[in-house]
Amino acid sequence: MIEPNRKGEIWVFAEQEDGALCDVSLELCGKARELADELKVPMAAVLPGWNVRELSYRLIALGADKVYYVHDTRLEHYRTLPYSRVMCELIAKHKPQIVLYGATPLGRDLAPRIASEMRAGLTADCTDLSIGDYTESKTKKVHKDLLLQIRPAFGGNIIATIINHDRWPQMATVREGVMCMGDGDPRRSGEIIEEKIEFSDFDLAVKLIERHREERKINLKAARTIVAGGAGVANKENFQLIHDLAGAIGGAVGASRAAVDGGWIGKEHQVGQTGTTVRPALYIACGISGAVQHRAGMEESAKIIAINWDKEAPIFSVAHFGIVGDLQTVIPMMIKAIRERA
Amino acid sequence: MGYHCIVCVKQVPDTARVTGETMKADGTVNRAALPAIFNPEDLHALEAALEVRDQYGGTITAITMGPLGATKVLRECLFRGADRAIIINDRRAAASDTLATSYILSRAVQKIGDFDFVFCGRQAIDGDTAQVGPQLAEKLGLPQVTYYERMVDLNERTARMRRNVGNGWEVLEAKLPVLVTVLDTANEPRPAGARKMMQFKKALTAQELEREVAADMKDATDEQRTEELARRIETLRMNRLLIDQWDLDDVDGDLQWCGLAGSPTKVHRVQSIVLTKDGFKAIEPTEAGVRGMIHELIVDHTLG
Repeated sequence: MIEPNRKGEIWVFAEQEDGALCDVSLELCGKARELADELKVPMAAVLPGWNVRELSYRLIALGADKVYYVHDTRLEHYRTLPYSRVMCELIAKHKPQIVLYGATPLGRDLAPRIASEMRAGLTADCTDLSIGDYTESKTKKVHKDLLLQIRPAFGGNIIATIINHDRWPQMATVREGVMCMGDGDPRRSGEIIEEKIEFSDFDLAVKLIERHREERKINLKAARTIVAGGAGVANKENFQLIHDLAGAIGGAVGASRAAVDGGWIGKEHQVGQTGTTVRPALYIACGISGAVQHRAGMEESAKIIAINWDKEAPIFSVAHFGIVGDLQTVIPMMIKAIRERA
Repeated sequence: MGYHCIVCVKQVPDTARVTGETMKADGTVNRAALPAIFNPEDLHALEAALEVRDQYGGTITAITMGPLGATKVLRECLFRGADRAIIINDRRAAASDTLATSYILSRAVQKIGDFDFVFCGRQAIDGDTAQVGPQLAEKLGLPQVTYYERMVDLNERTARMRRNVGNGWEVLEAKLPVLVTVLDTANEPRPAGARKMMQFKKALTAQELEREVAADMKDATDEQRTEELARRIETLRMNRLLIDQWDLDDVDGDLQWCGLAGSPTKVHRVQSIVLTKDGFKAIEPTEAGVRGMIHELIVDHTLG
């Protein structure tokens, strides 16, 4: 625990694997930059790793004034305890007021360990962050310029705003994809500060024996998001739009029977009674009228977006969001909105 | 020989069942209207401990923190083979955030003592934070293995475990004792055993017995009730049906780290999300319309 320190920096834990920074760390740099400007303090990234110094320039381009770089062979692959040691030592030394982590499997393993050792507050899985004041209900004491940590709670049924007014740093993990990733400015300048951290035997006691990374294969049944095209797509060239949207979302491509029969895409992509039955978190039906055979294969999806020029199309009867319009204009707008993470 | 596994379990409201009817007029969730269930991933944590005991022998202690009604999940543990059950119940523990909760649990685990594994579910469905496991490990000064999928090798005091890291997997080797958080893909929890259900359905804490006695002996004197309570406690203890009930004094908890005082995070405000599951929303085919829809999907976890 550190005392509230109004001059403290805003920090981002820069998560990298095999020499590549993960997207959420880059997204967080933009947000941390905004918060730092509002509070008029410097913004810094903490980058533990081995031979990853050049990643500092990307962090600086995206808004970091400083990068605390910890270069050590024992940090080549993530392990909880040495990484936690790095963060706790640096927090104790530099007393940042805010520390942000990506809510990745790694971030959700690391951040609570640090919060416990520092006896600081931590809010998991935030979807938004801002600066604001908080009044204690009993004492009416006002705490100015706190980090408002906004997150869904209770199975996503409520949105809670969490604050941490006395035991700093204020820490949060932030979901991937909710903050906007900037383009960065390669001309920005910043300072790279090398830090040395001592590890105890305990810090190094857990051994990484085997490590396996895999490309995620697209599998219709397992896909969290499916973008499906139907007769309304009209031809094979236009079907590229469906691939583009799926690519932008990181979803799988599905199709109605009409699209498969038209030869625009393979049968393995067909959703419906004679194809695959799917229940993804999000199903986007593009130019699919929604014959009962198709609806039977997708109506259990948690959320359905239907895009069709015909406002009478039966697909709208199972949709949560309906857009009456032309695919050629609506899909590019969606891709743009997703890229900007509006 | 064998291993002593402590399993941390939690009773949670079934958040998957939130509907319009379970929302209060002010837009907050009426927890009382939701069924209280065994936190799903904690059942997998219990199963992971049972698998260790099946193969190597040992004992299993299940602990929970919560209101007395949470003894229901402890009985569920006994039905599946736990050897001992303990509830930490104290009004002063109310409003604990994950840090205060992990502190209190760490005091209880230390009081139990002499353990090889602490198993927790990865996260509880009422908060989805996944913080208590790693925080408890730190408080106990133990290494942590999160996202456990299976035991690869367990040899004397060294365990090799496979963990799922989302885009792949790793095998970690740790010396015991170690804290492990378990994923729901790790195993298939066994059902309650019929014979054990018969045996343990009467397992209660002393305070629950006291309530039972008060209800059974409405017209009796206090003295008679006290006598009857002592008799019933003794009977339960002899039959190993007494669920231990500890308060913060029993676990030697320092109150500055418990409950509201021990919780650095405070809830500033809460807003409900209007349930749109059955609703239909027409979106204008404009940049603003599409942008608003995408934003909504990101905020409610559908995208991203």
